[in-house]
Amino acid sequence: MADARNNVLYTSRRLRNTVAKTLAYAATAFGLGWLVLILGVLLIHGLSGLSLDVFTQDTPPPGSAGGLLNAIAGSLVMTILAVIIGTPIGILAGTYMAEYGRHDKLAMIVRFINDILLSAPSIVVGLFIYEVMVAPMGHFSGYAGAVALAVIVILVVVRTTEDMLRLVPDTLREAAASIGLPRSLMIQRIAYRAARAGIVTGILLAIARVSGETAPLLFTALNNQFFSMNMNAPMPSLPVVIFQFALSPYEEWQKLAWTGALLITFTVLALSIIARSLTARKS
Amino acid sequence: MQVQHAGVSTVGLVEKITIKNLEFFYGDARALKSISLALYANKTTAFIGPSGCGKSTLLRILNRMYDLYPGQRATGEVLFDGENLLDASVDINLLRARVGMVFQKPTPFPMSIYENIAFGIRLYERLPRAEIDARVEVALRRAALWDEVKDKLGTSGLGLSGGQQQRLCIARTVAVKPEVILFDEPCSALDPISTAKIEELIDELKKDYTIVIVTHNMQQAARVSDFTAFMYLGELIEFGVTDKIFTTPGDKRTQAYITGRFG
Repeated sequence: MADARNNVLYTSRRLRNTVAKTLAYAATAFGLGWLVLILGVLLIHGLSGLSLDVFTQDTPPPGSAGGLLNAIAGSLVMTILAVIIGTPIGILAGTYMAEYGRHDKLAMIVRFINDILLSAPSIVVGLFIYEVMVAPMGHFSGYAGAVALAVIVILVVVRTTEDMLRLVPDTLREAAASIGLPRSLMIQRIAYRAARAGIVTGILLAIARVSGETAPLLFTALNNQFFSMNMNAPMPSLPVVIFQFALSPYEEWQKLAWTGALLITFTVLALSIIARSLTARKS
Repeated sequence: MQVQHAGVSTVGLVEKITIKNLEFFYGDARALKSISLALYANKTTAFIGPSGCGKSTLLRILNRMYDLYPGQRATGEVLFDGENLLDASVDINLLRARVGMVFQKPTPFPMSIYENIAFGIRLYERLPRAEIDARVEVALRRAALWDEVKDKLGTSGLGLSGGQQQRLCIARTVAVKPEVILFDEPCSALDPISTAKIEELIDELKKDYTIVIVTHNMQQAARVSDFTAFMYLGELIEFGVTDKIFTTPGDKRTQAYITGRFG
């Protein structure tokens, strides 16, 4: 090109742009590559062990074949109870912080602690519940496991509920006030409705998060080789079984650990996709 | 500062709202300085002035919208049918049911068109379904929206166009049966055709309500209002009959503003 501006300044800028772009692509490929590799290995190992037995038989003794029924059932029961305990508390606390406590010091403190706990290692939660529940009761139990998971549900739900309610524009709150709607009704009938998709997404993400948690369960629900719906006794769960079986020297156990990991990964994947589509439909 | 009631003949007019020595503070900052003025029943009063002059602040005092935010306070008197609405004893929710408001941006509730209207009615009245249906229709007709939405009352109010949404908000306000309706730049987000419709509506509504409108659009103030208050830097500079304000303003600043020399 004959343009006088096509000079050294411009050429060097183009060169630097090309270098930076290449590096950015390379970094992305590097990160994505490992992810694909992990998923690939998981698929190969997990699928090879996937059969109907996984869902119909309990975890086997070493050296024999079996399934993951007791672990799946334990995980389901504890997760459901954790959501039942954690969701109302999380939503109420998030509502306080977004609607009533915006200028309060208390809300600032709660938000700060919540953020810290959210990123803290979850084993801390397990140890805490061990101290307040397992030790006084004298034994591990499904209840303790569910409560430990509930703590994590609360942390996630508080955060998302507050964020989603804050996205509701103040003009909508003013509009509700302008027809004489008291604040409590405004929150129940207007703000929750406007933020519903986001709040439900938060609950789904909380389920996804706790369904993969191992550390909080190690000191609370422990494990159980047998099928048990007694929540007052030690209870098996997928993450803990994976942890135990993956570390074992037995081939059948290792195979089941891969399959269990695959099940959790796909549960989380499905929950994330549902959560995404919910928020996408809203916006 | 002496307010000039430029040639106002107030004979036969009822003062629906009387503002006396009103001051307003955002924290320590004084946003309104000793405002005194009357809003007459079944008339439309426009608040005009450059951005930041306090006209929206003044409007939001009339339904105590500022109460939603900490650190904002008003002193002085705002007599609404003789009762000072700034009193702490005034029930804010009942006040807001009597003094409705339409906002700059349309703010339909996230529910169906029908529910947007019925919601406000049910807040204060327990009525049989048929009667609520009738009230919803009346409100939508008053807002000149009925013909456009009568076949899709069950669909979301958020699916309407901007102009339709704004008329839905007017219908929602009217349905609660207020006595005063406050309009805060109701057309600034709308196209000219929707604007014309809203202006027509305001003219129609003043038969039954006392109307106050904040607007940046001078032609709009001239078209829709009976009285105009010109504000500048938190002060009421001039208040009077709209025709008079726009043809022979008494203050140099009013004249400069309406002829577009500042603001």
